[in-house]
Amino acid sequence: MRHHRVLRIISKLLIPFIMLFALYVQFHGDFGPGGGFQAGVIMASAFILYGLIFGLENARKVAPPAVVTKLVAAGVLIYAGTGYMGLFKGANFLDYGALSKDPVAGQHLGIMIIEFGVGTTVAAAMITIFFLFAGRDR
Amino acid sequence: MSNLIPHLPALQVVIPLFAAPLCLLAGRTGLAWIIALAASSAATATAMALAYLTYHNGVISYQMGGWAPPWGIEYVVDTANAFILLLVSSIATMVLIYSPASVAKEIRPGRGHLYYCMYILCLTGLLGIAITGDAFNVFVFLEISSLSSYALIAMGGQRKALTAAFQYLVMGTIGATFFLIGVGLLYMMTGTLNMADLQTRIPGIQDSRPVLAAFAFITVGLALKAALFPMHLWLPNAYAYAPSGVSAFMAATATKVSLYVLLRFTFTIFGAKYAFGNLPLHWVLLVPAVLAMFAGSFSAIFQRDIKRMLAYSSVAQIGYITLAISLASSAGVTAALIHIFNHGLMKAALFCAMGCIFYRISSTRIDAMAGLGRQMPWTMTAIVAGGLSLLGVPLTAGFISKWYLVQAALQSNLWWLVILIALSSMLALVYVWRLVEALYFKEPSPNNAAVTEAPLSMLLPTLLLAGANIYFGIDTRVPVAMAEHAAELLMRGQIW
Amino acid sequence: MLQVILDHYNYWIAILLMMIGLYTVVARGNLVKKLVGLNIFQTSVFLLYITMGKVAGGTAPILDDRFTVYSNPIPHVLILTAIVVGVATTALGLALVVRIKESYGTIEEDELNLLDGEM
Repeated sequence: MRHHRVLRIISKLLIPFIMLFALYVQFHGDFGPGGGFQAGVIMASAFILYGLIFGLENARKVAPPAVVTKLVAAGVLIYAGTGYMGLFKGANFLDYGALSKDPVAGQHLGIMIIEFGVGTTVAAAMITIFFLFAGRDR
Repeated sequence: MSNLIPHLPALQVVIPLFAAPLCLLAGRTGLAWIIALAASSAATATAMALAYLTYHNGVISYQMGGWAPPWGIEYVVDTANAFILLLVSSIATMVLIYSPASVAKEIRPGRGHLYYCMYILCLTGLLGIAITGDAFNVFVFLEISSLSSYALIAMGGQRKALTAAFQYLVMGTIGATFFLIGVGLLYMMTGTLNMADLQTRIPGIQDSRPVLAAFAFITVGLALKAALFPMHLWLPNAYAYAPSGVSAFMAATATKVSLYVLLRFTFTIFGAKYAFGNLPLHWVLLVPAVLAMFAGSFSAIFQRDIKRMLAYSSVAQIGYITLAISLASSAGVTAALIHIFNHGLMKAALFCAMGCIFYRISSTRIDAMAGLGRQMPWTMTAIVAGGLSLLGVPLTAGFISKWYLVQAALQSNLWWLVILIALSSMLALVYVWRLVEALYFKEPSPNNAAVTEAPLSMLLPTLLLAGANIYFGIDTRVPVAMAEHAAELLMRGQIW
Repeated sequence: MLQVILDHYNYWIAILLMMIGLYTVVARGNLVKKLVGLNIFQTSVFLLYITMGKVAGGTAPILDDRFTVYSNPIPHVLILTAIVVGVATTALGLALVVRIKESYGTIEEDELNLLDGEM
């Protein structure tokens, strides 16, 4: 893709905005449409676009597969860990209301962390899938 | 610790769920095994506690996230699903204890931790299916367990494992999607997904076409997942080419959990009167069940690969369970639950023993294991115990199953069924005898001269599982009491 | 009669897609095409769920003073889960196809059966 100057420049311009949009969808998810899954896919698409245009080698430097695999697990741990926090506070599993003194603030905080976990796992899983399929051409 | 007790239903599923990513992070096979074993043991302890509590104090309900049903997801434990939880988690633990040596042999180096991650995820899914009181949640857990089992089967050493996993993936997805359509139609008509809520709302609209269609879709989808004849085509290859531990775990649990969901939907949600009175579910289940008993056993006789033979025998055994369900009587449901439990024990023991043989001779073909009986006496003991139990010889768990099944058939005045059950047991005698004959009476193959007994880490769990077949054939108090209580609850169609 | 069909056009589309999907799974020998069929089959169910959530005249379920009628968001939430499951199934299925291609050299079902022998 070295000679496709248009593609290279446009994607360089686009990638930061794709990531920004992913963050918007991620953190605006509890007020409007959005949430972890959509945000994770959008975030992953930024990395996948980078990989398609600048090559798999470069993409692997930006997002080392070993780290990405760990992030898949980390996201699930964030999710389940937040659930356990409810248990430790004496409420039911996944009851975010117990995370803060004010139940409404607790719900906000809880869904934020949970969705962050979902987003992390989804983005990392999508990038992993891309790496695995793209890395098989040889 | 006492304040943990109300949270046991959540912990039942969440402990394995939490362990799965930890296994992935562990990176090393040994560490992942310790994490998986710890989680699975904790799940077994939880299941025991839940079974004890629900048997003595009645139904336990848990509101996920503190959201009250029918809006929130509710976990409900009664004796019926506590029984299933106990079976699934204890078999999972036994097979995990058995696993390290066979994983070292059968899984490519550096991927052991992925194996345990998938295994514990599969356990999460199966436990989740059994414990949830939410119809859509069943679908989610069904797919968690299915997706991880496709991956586990594909880890089998031969390339046929890949095609087997693919075939299972296609069939399993169709089954799960059928179930999803059924749940969707129910939601469309009732506006609820909570099982108890569904139960109260369905009677008013039970003759409307969407509800009839929903019932059909759910039954067919679950029958596909449970590998009821003629929808069993994915099963033989999947169990034959999966790694030994996976065959043992899945053969003992996966189809049983689908059968439990079938019981739950027909008896609790739709109600026995609707399913067997208004609709001809009796014949819809009875005919395939009888065909499965004969076709499964008959195919088993002609298999040269013993794991494949055992898989076909599973098809036949699922036939017995479905037959018991189709009787729609308290005795029938009791027999079904007892056989779900006992068949889990038999197949776990037999597949574990096959894993021991594979560990030594790298094959499970019947001609390759000729004369091994003297070289691996303890493994053979397990095979004989499991085989006798499969036949239903007195003083084994299998006999108890057959006894209750025959009684249930007689109670429904279906004496010809008793003849059919006896005939298909004769077929089982043929294939079990083939195995025993090859092991004890054939000339040992010179290739196997150096073969010795399997390592103790594999042998002990195998023998324990085989011993359980004998133990539960003599001391039947626990499974029979739980199954009878569970059947009574299911027949009453009690609202949770 | 025609009016009945037209009034329920969403169900007809779902059924049509369902049949196309199932037919493709059964009739095609190419494993990738089977997966595509499976996807179409699943998509038809997504469509079935989403159309049942639509309330005539309702808007997207975001609280706002200007609107009083909202569509039911729950089918969307359910189907988002099912879509995730579908994505995972497809990814796993394609991964299996890639590995089948690597070890058998073909992804045509009849050739695979020949190579496997006993089936």
